[in-house]
Amino acid sequence: MNASSLATIDETDHTQGPDDAPVTLIEYGDFECPLCGQAYSIVERLRRDYGDDLRFAFRHLPLNKVHPHAAQAAQAAEAAGAQDAFWAMHAALFEHQRALEYEDLKGYAEDLALDTERFARELDERVYNKRVQVDLRGGVRAGANGTPTFFINGVRHDGDFDFDTLSQAITKAGA
Amino acid sequence: MSTRQSTQTTPGAESALSPGERAPDFNLARSPDDSLSLGDLRGQPVVLVFYPADWSPVCGGQLALYNEILEEFQRFDARLLGISVDGVWCHKAFAEDKNLEFDLLSDFEPKGEVAGAYGVYRDSDGVTERALFVIDGDGVIRWSTVSPIDVDPGADGILAALEGLPEQEATR
Repeated sequence: MNASSLATIDETDHTQGPDDAPVTLIEYGDFECPLCGQAYSIVERLRRDYGDDLRFAFRHLPLNKVHPHAAQAAQAAEAAGAQDAFWAMHAALFEHQRALEYEDLKGYAEDLALDTERFARELDERVYNKRVQVDLRGGVRAGANGTPTFFINGVRHDGDFDFDTLSQAITKAGA
Repeated sequence: MSTRQSTQTTPGAESALSPGERAPDFNLARSPDDSLSLGDLRGQPVVLVFYPADWSPVCGGQLALYNEILEEFQRFDARLLGISVDGVWCHKAFAEDKNLEFDLLSDFEPKGEVAGAYGVYRDSDGVTERALFVIDGDGVIRWSTVSPIDVDPGADGILAALEGLPEQEATR
């Protein structure tokens, strides 16, 4: 599996934007991390601005010892993804970063009209724990260094992640 | 694929001890009432993480990440140690706040002496460089890097260096 590869986006990845976009932005993020919450709205703006010139992929880097809800929230996003609602859950989680208890997660699944029984069962059984850990380990090996870490066309973005800085870096990379 | 392109131009990188050199021994406080000597850790790899200061945002990210993946270091039987010039009480509060499960050593008195011995003390601002050393079980430096002070080096270089240690070091 290639979830750790910065060069290859594969079917295990969650992406937005066309596969042939000139620039791929990968974020390693944590749903409970406040900086990732800021990054969420910045990425939304970037996606609007760049349209088909940008493909965005989100991978999990839950720092669970600092953010005790992060790992389960990541699994919730995957459980929603199994019902074709990864991005809707991704948005719900980032828009409610302070409400990530188990009951909250189930509430978001209900709001999204998911099969909540399946969703809850998969959370209980930690079905997606391994998937999330693969992202985390792969990210660390690839040079992710905290949350959020961005890679633009495979190169770690070491600058700030405010809109202007990211936007300049994306434009420079070819979008 | 390398993402570490930014390390070679760092001022301070030239003075840092290099692979092949013996790691200077030290004895530093690891808590208000306990200390730790590098020499006592012979037989297992040691990862020294010099960082400028407790509480600074980048350090939090770097150390929080290492804390999250301690198992990855333990696979190599490696002992991870953070070092800064902060005092023991500051370290204690910081470690508790971040739930850190590895030791933070205080290079506090004489200030920065150990960082100086490793060539990673910054006279200009009185803190250590953001530097990493991987030391083998015989006390020899096998890998080191100095990052720009505001760039988090991540863990990939450490893990690659641990993987590169001779088998008997890695599995002892």
